Amino acid sequence: MSLNQTDKERVKAFWSKVAGRADAIGAESLARLIVVYPQTKTYFAHWKDVSPNSPNVKKHGKTVMGGVADAVTKIDDLKGGLLSLSELHAFTLRVDPANFKLLTHCILVVLAAQFPADFTPEVHVAMDKFLAAVARALAEKYR
Amino acid sequence: MVEWSDQERSIINSIFASLDYEDIGPKALSRCLIVYPWTQRYFGGFGNLYNAEAIKTNPMIAAHGIKVLHGLDRAVKNMDNIKATYAELSVMHSEKLHIDPDNFKLLADCLTIVIAAKMGTAFTADIQAAFQKFLSVVVNALGRQYH
Repeated sequence: MSLNQTDKERVKAFWSKVAGRADAIGAESLARLIVVYPQTKTYFAHWKDVSPNSPNVKKHGKTVMGGVADAVTKIDDLKGGLLSLSELHAFTLRVDPANFKLLTHCILVVLAAQFPADFTPEVHVAMDKFLAAVARALAEKYR
Repeated sequence: MVEWSDQERSIINSIFASLDYEDIGPKALSRCLIVYPWTQRYFGGFGNLYNAEAIKTNPMIAAHGIKVLHGLDRAVKNMDNIKATYAELSVMHSEKLHIDPDNFKLLADCLTIVIAAKMGTAFTADIQAAFQKFLSVVVNALGRQYH
């Protein structure tokens, strides 16, 4: 299920529309992740405040979305382009890859809620494929 | 047995009370067929599913989307006993329709996204959590009688 040319064009076109709000999208997506899938809070036990509106969540959401934005620019070679991020997730963070799917779903929900007219089924499938490819690239070094 | 808080019951009832079945049903099903094209395997007799545009304008798919969405009504009315409520439907999906139960989750995810698009910022994280909990109970119940 690799990205074809149409997928890449759709992702880049849609991303240019939403990039301006990337920070807020990231914060919102992460907040939803910990509310809808409370087990994901286990990765943030080192934060005193893990509530959805906390400054930590907002800041980390921005960091994560920054990674997604970077991935858009490296869409032609995600495995190579995200190598160091993959090593980070594999050896330091060790986030169970199942959680990538959960975060992907939350990102898609936020995109649908904030860009209902632009998040058409065609854009949805392209973004879903793209985020799945990013997740695969991040899990590359796990074992 | 699944425990529902008063807030969760209220959220589910509220969503379904104001639901436009004729709009949301077709959108959810057609989105599922577009985003997860392998689900088209169950719709061989539904006419032209050749591309996204064809799927979106296919009247048989639209009608079926409405029917499937109304299928959730039973769960809304019987939230404390969804498992038993769907026993017969589960058998039907297994024995007659032969649908891989993994597909139920795919449709549930598309429905969540269509509702999110409709409600916008009103679709808060708490509402999303309650709605997804409801759908996961339904999905579970529909897969329960497979063997």
